[in-house]
Order: sequence, then structure tokens, then C-alpha cells
Amino acid sequence: MSLLRGFSYVKGSSFLHKLDPRSKLLLSSSIALSSILLRGLLYPSILLLALSLSLLAASGCLRRWAPTLKGLIPLALLILLVNWWFVGWAYAISMVILLLTLVCSLSIFFLTTSPDELSLALVKMKLPYELSLELSMAIRFIPTLAREAQLIVDAQRARGLDLESGFIKRLKNLIPILVPLVVNTVRRSYRVAEAMESRGFGATKKRTWLFDLRFTVKDYLTSVSSLLLLAFSALFALTA
Amino acid sequence: MILIEDLWYTYPGGSEPALKGINLNIREGEFLAIVGENGAGKTTLAKHLVGLLKPQRGKVLVYGLDASKCKVSQLARLVGFVFQNPDHQLFSETVIEEISFAPKNLGVESRVEEVLRRLGLEAYRKRSPLTLSSGERRRVALASILSYNPRVLILDEPTVGQDAAQKEELASIMEELVNEGRTVVVITHDLEFVAEYVPRVVVLSRGRVVADGDPEQVLMNGSLLKSAGLLPPSLARLSLLLAERRFLEEPRLYRDLCRLAKEIARRLKLEPT
Repeated sequence: MSLLRGFSYVKGSSFLHKLDPRSKLLLSSSIALSSILLRGLLYPSILLLALSLSLLAASGCLRRWAPTLKGLIPLALLILLVNWWFVGWAYAISMVILLLTLVCSLSIFFLTTSPDELSLALVKMKLPYELSLELSMAIRFIPTLAREAQLIVDAQRARGLDLESGFIKRLKNLIPILVPLVVNTVRRSYRVAEAMESRGFGATKKRTWLFDLRFTVKDYLTSVSSLLLLAFSALFALTA
Repeated sequence: MILIEDLWYTYPGGSEPALKGINLNIREGEFLAIVGENGAGKTTLAKHLVGLLKPQRGKVLVYGLDASKCKVSQLARLVGFVFQNPDHQLFSETVIEEISFAPKNLGVESRVEEVLRRLGLEAYRKRSPLTLSSGERRRVALASILSYNPRVLILDEPTVGQDAAQKEELASIMEELVNEGRTVVVITHDLEFVAEYVPRVVVLSRGRVVADGDPEQVLMNGSLLKSAGLLPPSLARLSLLLAERRFLEEPRLYRDLCRLAKEIARRLKLEPT
């Protein structure tokens, strides 16, 4: 669960927090795409990782990201060893850097964008409102679900459920955890739907917004630099 | 026999300790309530008794076992923990399977039939626990712990969402268990329930024990309860008001309305008609 902490919104007032989510999305995806374009190229990849880490640091979220980094260690080690074995150390290291940069670029967006901003941005990008609402609600309920899962685990352990021994047994023992979790989630979704309907959800076709998004100079600058970054990476990847 | 000595606990990421030096001694066969406002540390304290949380400082001894060195399953054999929300544990296809789950896991003798009878669930044995009403689900959750006969029973907020008749029934089950020599610990903020049924009350406030004793003293202490974020039960408030207006010689907690009425009648020299 600590892995997910690196993707859930933290309030703040940094440069990144104040950006329009659309330009931030462009920035994040440019970094992600560039990292894929530059994979296998050790030094440019390191540069890109350094760039995204410093963006994360500038937003004041680096500490929040640390547990995610820790959670990634097993996967990173696996990637490192497999690639080292089959290809070579330089490629292996750059693959690990690719993983870190991808996760980091996602975190840049999700750590600094509130679910409300996200859904608004999606609607402004012509996604149907229902769909964007579903997405932002799914994100909103991740912590609730995590808390609930912990309660269920505690309740079943108090009834002697063993969650420590062997793999097969552990899989079988997931049933007493998953059944209540799914049942409660379905029940809750009905409750949420009822609550939304009672507050008039879907009553009018045309929606208005309490907050609006506006592109400012910062956003244009960010978007242009993101596109430039992507162009440079593409050029570099083609010529190298 | 549960002994808690200078217990401290801070949740990971928490800014303030949830428990700050708790000392508590629970004797065999006792019936006690742990009360306090939301966030006072009641559930955190209770979780230490089954090993779901491990003490960061201090000691928890359960029948001589050091809780910090025991597995949950080891402590669960002695201490049954009924969680607040039955929906966090019901998962089986039938009530029978649900109730047999814990004894099977713990490898102890199962007393399913006896428990079904005691909680009036005989008619539901083949039903799915998920289709029962909320009061019935609560009883199944309780049954699923009672079925392995733990020596200590902890109930977390058992009265929430229960109507008056269900509360009374719950109280009589608890009293029965205590009479059989078992230890029952109720975690609650329902002081009305405590005033009526429970002989010992421990008040928690912001992670500390601020009172521990006879409800007739603790629940009459309005300023203490107020500082712990609680309100004296209506029986206590009524008695205080009556004493203030000189209908009673001194305010004291009458455990039920009947006794209070008799006392007033005696004072007013009323004869039953």
C-alpha cells in the first residue's frame, strides 16, 4: 500500500501545483515518452531521471515519494539482474532508470493534481463527464479501500487466519479477505450512487463548473518546453 | 489475567502517540467497559490485547504471555476480539461455516451448536450471512468468536446501531458469559449502556487512562467526563437534578429507573396504589 502513496494527491502551493493540469499532463507524458525513446542510452537517461527528480523535489513531494521508491526496489532488482544476465550491465542500469523515470513522471502528475482538477481537465479535453467522474472517484476511493482492507485483515487474523505461511496456502487464505472487501465495495457503490442521485446528479444535461481552468504564460512555457524535450529525445534517439 | 504496564503506541505517520503510558490490570472474570470519545485510543488499546498491534514501549502480558513476542493466532486462542463492523469479517457461504472458521483455524474444539442456540441463530444455519439483517449479522460475528470459547472476550462498539431490545439482549448474553467465569471487555462510548450493566469503567482520554473504577463514582463525575469529551448518562444527570432540587438527599447513580423511582417514592412517602 505504501507504493500507492506516491500517486495520491498532496496539497501544496508549488509551481507544479499551480500549473494547469493539462499542461502538467503534457509535461508528464513528454517525460514518460522521452524516457522510452531514450531507453538503452545511459547518459541521456540519467539526465532525464535527474530532471524529473528535481521537478519532484521542486514540488516538495520528494519525501512523500520515498516509500514508493522503496516499494520499487524488488522490481528494480529483478529488472537489473535479468537484463544484466541477458544483455549487459549498461543496458540493465538504463532499464532500471527507465522504470524509475516512468514512475517518477506519473508521480509528478498525480502527486500535484487533485482528483477534482484531474476530472475537470479530462472534461475540458472532451472526455464524457461520466467517464471522468468515474476515474476521479476511483482515485478518491483508493485510500478508503486500503483502510478497509487493513480492518478486514485485522478482523480475520483475530479469528486465527494465517497470512504468513506458504504461497499456496496464502492464496487460499485471501478468500476471507477478498470476499468482504468486494461485498463492501459493491454495497458502498450503491450507497454513493443513491447519495449522488439524491443530490441531483444527472438532473441537467449541461453542467457548469465552480472552478475553471485557464492556460497562463507558465502553462504555455511548460507546454513548449515539454514538446521541445520530446523533440530533442526523438532526434537524439534517431541519430544515436 | 491481563496486565498492561506503561504502554505507548504511535501509528506510523502519526504526529501524536495514540497511547501515552497506559497502565491497566484486568482480572479473570471481570466485566469492564473502556469508554472514551472517538480517537481516545480505545480500539488501539484493545488491539494490543490480541497482538494486532505490538507495544512500542511498555509491556502487555496476557495470561503471562508477553504479547510483543506472540503471534496473533496464539493470543487469539485466549482473547476473542469481536470487531465493530460485522461486514469486515463475514465471508462464508453459510452461517455454520462462518462460525466454524475460527475454531478450525485455531485448531480448538468448536462449539457451534451451543453458540447457535445461545444467540438464537439456529434457524439461519444454512443461510448466507450476507443476506441477514444487520442485527443478525452482528450476532453471527459474535457467534463466530464465541464458538471457540476464548477466556477473554473483547467487543468493539457492540451497541452501535442496535435498538433497545437488541441492547438488552446483548447485555444479558454478556452477563451470562461473565457468570460463567469469562472476562468481558466492552469498548464503547454508550455510557447509558455502561451505567445500566457494567460494574467497572475505564475512561480513556487522548491516550491516557483518566479514571478507572466503579461507575457509581466515575459516571457521576461530570467535570471529569466532560474533559474526556463525554456526557454523563441520563440516569446520572437526572439524579443530579433531583438532588439539586432536594428530591434526593444526595446524587448517586441509580443503575436503572426502577430503583430511582422507588427511592423518590420513599422520599415522598408515596404508597403504591
